[in-house]
Amino acid sequence: MAEPEKNFDQDMEFFVDMQRCISCHACETACAECETNGQETMIHVNYVDRAHSVQTTVQVCMHCEDPACANVCPADAISKDSNGVVHSANTSRCIGCSNCVMACPFGVPKKMEAAELMMKCNLCYDRTSVGKKPMCATVCPSGALYYGTREEMRKKRPNSDPVNTFKFGAQTVHTKVNVMMPKGSKELKVH
Amino acid sequence: MAKLPISVDKIIENYGPHKAYAPKQGFHGHADPDKLVKTHCCFCGMQCGLQLKVKDNAVVGFEPWMEFPFNEGRMCPKGVARYLQNNHADRLLSPLERVESEGFKAVDWETAMSRTVTEIKRIQSTYGNDAFAMLSGVSLTNELSYMVGKFARVALKTANLDYNGRLCMVSAGAGNKKAFGLDRISNSWVDLKHAEVIMICGSNVSETFPTLIHYIWEARDNGAKLIVVDPRVTPVARTADLHLPVRPGTDSALYGAMLQQLVENDWLDHDFINQHTSGFDATIAAVKDYSLEWAEKVTGIPAESIKQAAAMWGQAKTSFMMHARGIEHHSKGVDNVLGCINLVLATGRIGKPYCGYGTITGQGNGQGGREHGHKCDQLPGNRDITNPEHRKYIADVWGIDEKDMPGKGLTAYEILEAIHRGEIKGLISICFNPVVSLPNNNMVREALEKLEYYVAIDFFLNETARHANVVLSGALHEEEEGTVTSAEGRVIKINAAVTPPGDARTDASILKELAARLGAGDKFAFKNSEAIFNELRVASKGGTADYYGITYERIVKNYGVFWPCPSLDHPGTPRLWEDRKFATPDGKAHFNPAPYRDPGEPTDKEYPVVLTTGRVVSQYLSGTQTRRIGKLLDQYPEPLLEIHPSLAQQFGIQDRDLVKVVTRRGEAEFPAQVVTTIRSDTVFIPYHWGGSKSANQLTIGNLDPISKIPEFKVCACKLIPLGRKAPPVSESDAYQSV
Repeated sequence: MAEPEKNFDQDMEFFVDMQRCISCHACETACAECETNGQETMIHVNYVDRAHSVQTTVQVCMHCEDPACANVCPADAISKDSNGVVHSANTSRCIGCSNCVMACPFGVPKKMEAAELMMKCNLCYDRTSVGKKPMCATVCPSGALYYGTREEMRKKRPNSDPVNTFKFGAQTVHTKVNVMMPKGSKELKVH
Repeated sequence: MAKLPISVDKIIENYGPHKAYAPKQGFHGHADPDKLVKTHCCFCGMQCGLQLKVKDNAVVGFEPWMEFPFNEGRMCPKGVARYLQNNHADRLLSPLERVESEGFKAVDWETAMSRTVTEIKRIQSTYGNDAFAMLSGVSLTNELSYMVGKFARVALKTANLDYNGRLCMVSAGAGNKKAFGLDRISNSWVDLKHAEVIMICGSNVSETFPTLIHYIWEARDNGAKLIVVDPRVTPVARTADLHLPVRPGTDSALYGAMLQQLVENDWLDHDFINQHTSGFDATIAAVKDYSLEWAEKVTGIPAESIKQAAAMWGQAKTSFMMHARGIEHHSKGVDNVLGCINLVLATGRIGKPYCGYGTITGQGNGQGGREHGHKCDQLPGNRDITNPEHRKYIADVWGIDEKDMPGKGLTAYEILEAIHRGEIKGLISICFNPVVSLPNNNMVREALEKLEYYVAIDFFLNETARHANVVLSGALHEEEEGTVTSAEGRVIKINAAVTPPGDARTDASILKELAARLGAGDKFAFKNSEAIFNELRVASKGGTADYYGITYERIVKNYGVFWPCPSLDHPGTPRLWEDRKFATPDGKAHFNPAPYRDPGEPTDKEYPVVLTTGRVVSQYLSGTQTRRIGKLLDQYPEPLLEIHPSLAQQFGIQDRDLVKVVTRRGEAEFPAQVVTTIRSDTVFIPYHWGGSKSANQLTIGNLDPISKIPEFKVCACKLIPLGRKAPPVSESDAYQSV
């Protein structure tokens, strides 16, 4: 296959609206279709507390402005590109040490034990770099995942605001991926 | 015929279901396919547009089809993973013949066809034409539905033809015909987005029609209020402004009480009622005593919630009412549907922008499949098989004498009962798996064992086809061209992506050859699917389901055409009744009294718990296709018994405990899932599995007197905890697909 033309649209952002998730797992099934994932999904849908609710949440790489996973990688296997995408571990460099797994405040990277390799979402770079949308956001039937411009999102969700500032105690993390919060929200305090 | 030729385990070993995680030939060509074929999903009534990746005459993946207007690329997990059924290891590649004690052996088409036709002739000459029945399904295209109806009446010459829509939305169809004279949702889904209030009755939309959820969420962005009637807190009920957790089997009491509230508060559209409806007075007289307190007692829904629902519904300016199997699968399914329609008519919110009403069809061609004549009481164009004028018109199209056309036959469940009684001796089925999908399926299995000859047209050896004398290897969805009609009434094009593998054939070619061997070849000389569609168009002309103006070319150009479309210059009809001319003889919409009555099998001391059934998002109907796709089975590996903690406590049941569920029809064991998201008097089991995990061993064959739909959604059961935990999922029979 020819090298994809790099046509990444920097105006496009990724939005997650947990309230709309209907636990259908279409995102997981579609993510596994990505050419670079080897049929593994890099997004995960989890029940919050199935005994009392059918609410699920999606866990996807937040593509941090200053990614802890890359910062702690002893092998320089994880890189962030000029588009703000934090890429999955470079297979020729990753030593499977799991530092990134432990460092990520969102609990995203997973070590694939069989491959001795860290894998995580790279924002469907095979698609986004040629002007398409990531597979998970394309198929999401409920709009819990959306890939588009901030302006489009503002029109679609007049009662919500996108938030990409997270407080983990004293640590503040800014991300490329937004979560939808009630109107007026500026940040999300995790604990 | 006798029991299975060899053990179930052996059959499964040979023919599955086995789980596929990758295309048979690997992912070769996944990234660089030969072509992308625009088509639609093979599963539910949403019929999402998608593209199949094809390499070397095999489907190797999917790509979203962003331009198709209904779903704009959005998909559910079934649609994404459907490509894994193509070239599946279980795929039947040639006809099979039953060999006692040995199983099935591959035979050539000549052998399979000649034996089948010999047996049909033998049975019909011995017992009469109606002793050979046919069962069909609405995963078939419109062309095949039409062809099956014609085949049964013209080639097989039997009255006993029915279809698996009988298990789906026939209650809605019967209600629609009584109220409107026509059986279709009133509007395209687009009107949903701007409705002020949306009421969903008995539909787990989020799991059964996930791509429709986007329209509901958009409506809520626009300020819509959402009312959901469901005994469970489903993902769509979780977010509702008002969730009404109805006791299964009592829906019509709720709608009656709401109607009474509309009258009491004068939330009525008097002009619409006076000018465009009939039957209002008799209908409100039937509910005059339906107080909120009475309704609370019957339905288990707090009176205050019913009052609030009536106020939300009554005071809105625009609204969309929709329902599905939750209210239709009842021995009074038609009454439940009419109860909903009465609320729509009382407020006059139909045939207007942002107002709508309709059922959400569960099967892929649930809408189209109920229009073209493979129902026991119906001819193409939704014509009535007992109406002399209708019979004459279709007989002329078919080139036969009207006197030679069989009359009304038995419905699906009644056909199995007649087989069980020994009155029907032979059966041909296509695209129907009654051993899993019919209620009281132990009776169904016994019935199949009594047949003298059974021939199944199928692409996998499903639980029913295992009983066949001969299996004719038919085609998958992606192997045959045609059209289907989505739940919103949009006629769309299915494009063949690949040809059938091995010696498998298209269903159309199989029916065509059988017809020829039965002496009706000249009536089935169709060159291709478009030729069938063109005859269907003529056969539908002038009927209520008029497709005459729809052509393949127009469908492709316009991303589908909404019926009715009576002429080539007609734009199609996304929104019905804008002219206020209903399809009833008097041109008015009809109110129909829908008084409450109890379900067929109320709970008692011996069977104190209500059992209800339904679907999960990763499986489709009897699971013939989806239980063969590894990713989908992994997502929800085995049927679970959902039970409320308070009911679980009464029986000493904890999460993952193995529980025996017993009804008057059978018993089966399921792991418990203890959750507060279900009524405390009701348990729920999904019905997609066969064998020992089949929920339909337990359900009841009470039929609605009008629609003859079975009462899948409510029966009485008792629970017996077995004192041990369920085995890990990886060891579960259901996960192994037995």
